[in-house]
Amino acid sequence: MSHEQTPVACHGTSVSESPGETMLAFTNGLWKQNPVFVMVLGMCPTLAITNSVRNAIAMGLATTFVIATANGLVSLIRKLVPKQVRIATFILIIATAVTVVDYLVKAISINVYKALGPFIPLIVSNCLVLERPEAFASKNTVGKSVLDGFGMGMGFTFALICLGTVREVLGAGTFLGFHVFGPNFEPWVLFLLPPGGFISLAMWLLTFTAWRQWSARRKLARETEQTMPAMEVAS
Amino acid sequence: MNDSLGHIFVDALLINNFVLCVFLGMCSFLGVSGKFSTAWRMGLSVMFVITVSSVLSFGTNVLLVRFHAEYLRLITYIVIIAATVQLTEMFIRKTSPALFRTMGIYLPLITTNCAVLAVPLFQTSRNYSFVQSFVFAIAASGGYTVAMMILSLLRERVELSDVPELARGTALTLLLAAILSMAFMGFAGMGNGG
Repeated sequence: MSHEQTPVACHGTSVSESPGETMLAFTNGLWKQNPVFVMVLGMCPTLAITNSVRNAIAMGLATTFVIATANGLVSLIRKLVPKQVRIATFILIIATAVTVVDYLVKAISINVYKALGPFIPLIVSNCLVLERPEAFASKNTVGKSVLDGFGMGMGFTFALICLGTVREVLGAGTFLGFHVFGPNFEPWVLFLLPPGGFISLAMWLLTFTAWRQWSARRKLARETEQTMPAMEVAS
Repeated sequence: MNDSLGHIFVDALLINNFVLCVFLGMCSFLGVSGKFSTAWRMGLSVMFVITVSSVLSFGTNVLLVRFHAEYLRLITYIVIIAATVQLTEMFIRKTSPALFRTMGIYLPLITTNCAVLAVPLFQTSRNYSFVQSFVFAIAASGGYTVAMMILSLLRERVELSDVPELARGTALTLLLAAILSMAFMGFAGMGNGG
């Protein structure tokens, strides 16, 4: 969270935006601050609709659209809204975006709409969707906010696909509906049921934490390796 | 589909427990369940907000249907919930400042609790009558409170044991929730008999 707290372009001062910095707003959500694996936000849809990869992708894209739209609109009006009523304003903007998505998904595919069920309207109360306008869009320019929303949404989608893959492959023996294992595969139904959601998310979190710790240790080792010869020369 | 009041109650409380079987209210379930004393307070305030907003949104839905403005449903529901949370906050601050101090920071969080929004949405989509939706709201929020209390007690126990450093925090809570959820799966059989 330390990155976006820096007051970038807060009062409309002409800050020269380097392309690298703009890209950072996008890639930040994808990996470094992945909403699910790092920030542990938006748990309800993460656990509830990841029992198939198709649902996970649909949910991820719907959420991406909502975050990007809400971020953009909030950033547009960020100087007009008084501080006291900002949360209420954000929620109204988000609810409008979600209503649009609700009808959009219904129009595109009624099967997906039925599979996601109440979880499309429930995007409104996804903590991630409220957190981004509050933490990022209310302090940054429109372009950056939309990019940030897009990146966060993609990170969210990525996490949902990770979970959905594990649950669908183990629980049903299929991936996007295609059979992965032979006909003798006995599906591990537990992974399609609620406990499977908790277990697979816990496993993904463990994997992620272990990987991050390992790479941090390796980075530290490399840095000490680089500084050691320099110190020898100096002495 | 059995729509008797008793069936709705048991179904929302145990068989389709909001937290452990339908995955609603996850954020607060994982975030505020560290201590038993805060967990049951959070549960009770969520119960209050859910019941009030369920009654209010039932009335609003009747109006919306009469004026053919169903597309406004989601927006009105979220406004009702936000207003209820705000009112609860003001009410508790006036009547019991001590309770307000202990519960103060959790109250605004209730607005973004998906369990609160889900109750009005479910009661609308299932066409519950007024009494049915009232019972449904109490049972669903009761199920949330029960799950919160059980998990917080488990977490207080596990805090004393020696867990690998890697697994501490959210991953451990999720594994505990998984075991709890497996236990609640046992209730699924109750639905077929009744």
